[in-house]
Amino acid sequence: MNPPASHLTAALAGNPNAGKTTLFNALTGARQHVGNYPGITVDKKVGVARAGDRRLTVVDLPGTYSLTAYTQEELVARKVLVEERPDVVVDVLNATVLERNLYLAVQLMEMGLPLVLALNMMDEVRAKGMEIDLKRLSELLGVPVVGCTARNSEGVRELVETALDLAEERRGSWRPLHISYGPDLDPVLSEMVCAIEREAFLTATYPPRWLALKYLEGDEEVLALGRAAGPLAATLEAMAAKVADHCQKTLASYPEALIADYRYGFIASVLKQGVILAGVRERIAFSDSLDRVLTHKVLGPVLMFAVLYGVYELTFRLGAYPMDWLGNFFGLLGDGVTALLPEGLLRSLLVSGVIDGVGGVLSFVPLILIIFMLIAFLEDSGYMARIAYMLDRVFRTFGLHGCSVMPFIVSGGIAGGCAVPGVMAARTLRSQREKLATILTAPFMTCGAKLPVFILLVGVFFPDNQAQALFGITLTAWLAALLVAKLLRATIIRGPSTPFVMELPPYRLPTLKGLVIHTWERTWQYIKKAGTVILAISVILWAAMTFPGLSAPEAERYAAARAELAARIEAAPAAARPAMQAELETLVAGEQRDRLQGSLAGRMGTALEKVTALAGFDWRTNIALIGGFAAKEVIVSTLATAYSLGEVEAEASAPLVERLAGDPAWTLARGVSLILFIMLYAPCFVTVLAIRQESGSWKWAAFSLAFNTLLAFALAAGAYQLVLRL
Amino acid sequence: MTEHVGLRSLKLGQKARIVSISSGGELGRRIRDMGLVPGSEIEVVGRAPLKDPVALRLKNFTLTLRNNEADAIQVEPLP
Repeated sequence: MNPPASHLTAALAGNPNAGKTTLFNALTGARQHVGNYPGITVDKKVGVARAGDRRLTVVDLPGTYSLTAYTQEELVARKVLVEERPDVVVDVLNATVLERNLYLAVQLMEMGLPLVLALNMMDEVRAKGMEIDLKRLSELLGVPVVGCTARNSEGVRELVETALDLAEERRGSWRPLHISYGPDLDPVLSEMVCAIEREAFLTATYPPRWLALKYLEGDEEVLALGRAAGPLAATLEAMAAKVADHCQKTLASYPEALIADYRYGFIASVLKQGVILAGVRERIAFSDSLDRVLTHKVLGPVLMFAVLYGVYELTFRLGAYPMDWLGNFFGLLGDGVTALLPEGLLRSLLVSGVIDGVGGVLSFVPLILIIFMLIAFLEDSGYMARIAYMLDRVFRTFGLHGCSVMPFIVSGGIAGGCAVPGVMAARTLRSQREKLATILTAPFMTCGAKLPVFILLVGVFFPDNQAQALFGITLTAWLAALLVAKLLRATIIRGPSTPFVMELPPYRLPTLKGLVIHTWERTWQYIKKAGTVILAISVILWAAMTFPGLSAPEAERYAAARAELAARIEAAPAAARPAMQAELETLVAGEQRDRLQGSLAGRMGTALEKVTALAGFDWRTNIALIGGFAAKEVIVSTLATAYSLGEVEAEASAPLVERLAGDPAWTLARGVSLILFIMLYAPCFVTVLAIRQESGSWKWAAFSLAFNTLLAFALAAGAYQLVLRL
Repeated sequence: MTEHVGLRSLKLGQKARIVSISSGGELGRRIRDMGLVPGSEIEVVGRAPLKDPVALRLKNFTLTLRNNEADAIQVEPLP
């Protein structure tokens, strides 16, 4: 049965850099919904386009150059085309690079779905003095062709109407294009097609000739499907192997390469038949002269570091204001609740669990908003590709990608960043293995929450060389990140580096609409997905730091002592009161320490003391480190509580510095070991959630918890034992 | 007959025609996806600050690839 006209669906396909996202935005406006394709982290965007009272649901496919089975993007695009069977496919082409963009179009035509070609960037075509005969192209290819400019919505309405007309006319029927693959492949292709048709082998889902081509290309997904489908698979594979062998012997080539040659040949023959009327005046001149400066061997890197530094400064400087407002707001809210409710568990849960938790979630929002705005700008303008180009040589050595630099810097490669937007910045990496290695190592950097902890420790152990010591910590973090990346890429994320072959798109000024939509999507995704989980975890952590707490007799003893002291203060003369007040504070701080030690986290910290003694940590340090999983700056306040110092702010830790500096247990060995451990151990749980989101699996989130902590402990213990013996 | 050389040996600003590509698998596929097929003309338009990767101009667009990836491509230098 045919779907009613109002529910027609179009899939939007096209090369990266063909303006697919811009066209999607122009087609659907703000009426879009972002989800995820299962198993990969590529967004699945769905929106509705309108033409009069007709509506067209548009699904954005991942940007691809072809439809093989080499990348997740291509597999996903294929899956949508085959399984969801859209009523029409709109292929977006960069009309200025028509020949290469038609390569994907030809593959879509070979599948046979109803297809409309949207020749985008017609404004640039005109500016270049090119002239394309759209009508002629449409006649030669047998598919509708619409010229458009997505940036200013030119031709977009016509495109929607053409797509709707075609969808209604074709009613879901597929008409595969047959092109000739020459004397070496054509005979075997027809033989395979006959066999496939005879046995109706997978023909319910795929056109026979397309299947045969995929066998010749050695397409792993189709091979696997075929093996599951029946015995004909073995015959087809044998035929493909024979041809491959023949090609190797006679032409020193692969069937796959031969197929590509004939596809390009077909495209060239079409374009020669009067499609391109006026030749291309080389006018990438503007981009070229920019590149002469921006990728110059000296100026290029200098400017790049300036840009990276600028991104960092803008994010954290600009982000500081809204973060402050949010912090103040939640501080006031906490104070309000504190004033309204009597002291007790409910107040503690609301203030320390819920309000701090929600505040924590939202405090990252300004950072995420700004960083994605800037990254979208760098990507859309074409500069991100240049960063990858300039840094590839360096990062490749460590099994990473040139684009890894952004996550590293934002995470705290310049001390004071944040790993949450840092890990999210890894979206720009298209190659899986490199991306994973980046995500897992970026949290080693000195983020803004670790900074007060390091400042505290540096103040205790290197009081005369604080700046140098902090700089040393930042450098060590870089070294650790790069070396661990190398280690991971040589072991569990082993595999050759993903080919670098990539387009350097011409520089363009990004559209504001595109930037805003992109940024909002990311931020909303964070709030929606991470928000709820973060709230739940922060309540759990609060409980672990609170329960079971003091035993009933102990709690009573403290309460009695407090009441007694308060009564004595009441009765004492004014002159004696300050001293007694101090006594009361000491008493309360002692109670807080005992309560902390009696909590689940405290008991864990005490139980772990035997093991952690290897790295020089006592129970107090252990509890603080457990607290640091909530947020690294919590280490400072927890340590203060454990040392009976009462409330100590992370930013004003002078009393704690004094206390630790005067404590003979805090040796240099412990200091070095603790700094290393804090640098490397489990990221805070918000970062862990970001890792889950960007890697697409809980497995890697759990891995980062376990692996980082074990690695950190091994290195910290090693350093401790070494320094002790020096 | 003109001599065939590896793409890596081309100088900045030199033009050449691709003769053959001796790479299969993912790399070969990516190279072909970009329109680097026998017969197409290229020009070396830049090298990264550390001399690797290299930037090539094809018909109306620019792409980059690493030197070791370029080694799979044999070209015939054009005057």
